[in-house]
Amino acid sequence: MTEPSKPLLKTPLHALHVKLGARMVEFGGYDMPIQYPEGIMAEHNWTRQHAGLFDVSHMGPSFLSLPQLGGGEEAHRKVAAIVEKLVPSDIARLAPGKVQLTVLLNEDGGIVDDLMVGRPPHDDQQGGLYIVVNAGTKDNDFALIQKTAGSDAELYRADDRALIALQGPEAEAVIAGILPDAVPLTFMQFRQIKDTPFGNVIATRCGYTGEDGFEILVPAEHAEAFAKKLLSDARVKPIGLGARDSLRLEGGMCLYGHDIDATKTPVSASLAWMISKGRRDRGDFPGAQRIMSELKNGVPSKRVGIKPLGRAPAREGTEVHSVDGQVIGVVTSGGFGPTVNGPVAQGYVDTSYAKVGTPVKLIVRGKELDAEIASMPFVPAKYKR
Amino acid sequence: MTIYYTSEHEWISVEGDVGTVGITAFAAGKLGDVVFIELPDAGKKVKKEGDMAVVESVKAASDVYAPVSGDILEANAAIVDDPAKVNADPEGEGWFVKLKLANAGELSGLMDKTAYEAFCATQ
Repeated sequence: MTEPSKPLLKTPLHALHVKLGARMVEFGGYDMPIQYPEGIMAEHNWTRQHAGLFDVSHMGPSFLSLPQLGGGEEAHRKVAAIVEKLVPSDIARLAPGKVQLTVLLNEDGGIVDDLMVGRPPHDDQQGGLYIVVNAGTKDNDFALIQKTAGSDAELYRADDRALIALQGPEAEAVIAGILPDAVPLTFMQFRQIKDTPFGNVIATRCGYTGEDGFEILVPAEHAEAFAKKLLSDARVKPIGLGARDSLRLEGGMCLYGHDIDATKTPVSASLAWMISKGRRDRGDFPGAQRIMSELKNGVPSKRVGIKPLGRAPAREGTEVHSVDGQVIGVVTSGGFGPTVNGPVAQGYVDTSYAKVGTPVKLIVRGKELDAEIASMPFVPAKYKR
Repeated sequence: MTIYYTSEHEWISVEGDVGTVGITAFAAGKLGDVVFIELPDAGKKVKKEGDMAVVESVKAASDVYAPVSGDILEANAAIVDDPAKVNADPEGEGWFVKLKLANAGELSGLMDKTAYEAFCATQ
């Protein structure tokens, strides 16, 4: 994603990662921790059992705001209408204080990115939206959103903040002692918490692991103190991008640029649940003609979970064959799932083979390995509802 | 018994015309937790620097090359059953294969321990 000559960007926690002994790699243009000394397996398991701290500051948090905030429902509908020009979800009817996972679409209905859109809880904040996009796509996404908004609203890139995730069954208990006002949030709710020891923060109850947890946006100048405060709790350990990937893969979640991209639509990506009923009725989102047709007539191939039945992982790019030897698809993400204690994968297969339980073959190093289409997630989600 | 090392981070310990081969502690550390290993069957012929085995960590698959040419005598089934042995004891219990050397002269191009340690310091 980055030219070798271009210096890598650093998050506000970069120095802390290095001090903690992280192995650093390029991701999305940033110099990021892939793992700490304990390694991916231990970090993965720690997150499932206790609480893991993830630096996700490389992602793109932002605020889209009308010139004047406040003005209740009408202001919200106005700002929602801007984003709805780009996504198939019902942002206008998002409840106050809720975030929604959705996708930016191009004119053909291809997925440009996946993102979170949040509607602030309070009346005096209506007309603003909290938007978080992916690291590698953020410049394009932000340009697209600002262009769509024109002079009606302004997109503010929160580059002066750090985004820190705390994930795992003990995340709530840890947060209770540091940001008690975040505890009442339930899954996919967010709120601003003012005047904390770490400045004004935004806490969202969400994540990318399948575990309960929070993502907290803090001012950059407080980021290291906040991370250190979390890490001072014996239940918290730092977790790198390696375990973040194995956790999300077990959670059945998409990684943009791998499992979804502009060649996929929400229907082929098995994300049709993002297309709300009202939007389907109105058919007023980008690529609606194609997507409505796909909803009605089906798609040639779709995203599914794939469970290799042996021990060998099947990596991205692995060909999927039917049992009678026809090429029916490809793995888009695959690896070893420490919690599953075996290989897990997702990919695209011809729709006629997409039913859960269908036996398939994976071609790994020239050999056919037995696998079957599996339901996702591979590890049940433990969200706080 | 003499131990030789390759620039691809394999080791081979030689007694007579039989070599025991594995990956070095340096390689095991770089790979991280090993979760899957594919070894050649006994009887298979391998060529110096040719594919010999595959080792997979959580994150990625890596090839393991034959340090010398020869015939595979035995594969270590214990590491197939429990790949974590490779991380726990890469230059002992975590050995990969035993092979019969085809040409002992091929050993002369490999590094000794001192040279290998110096090489790792540059990696």
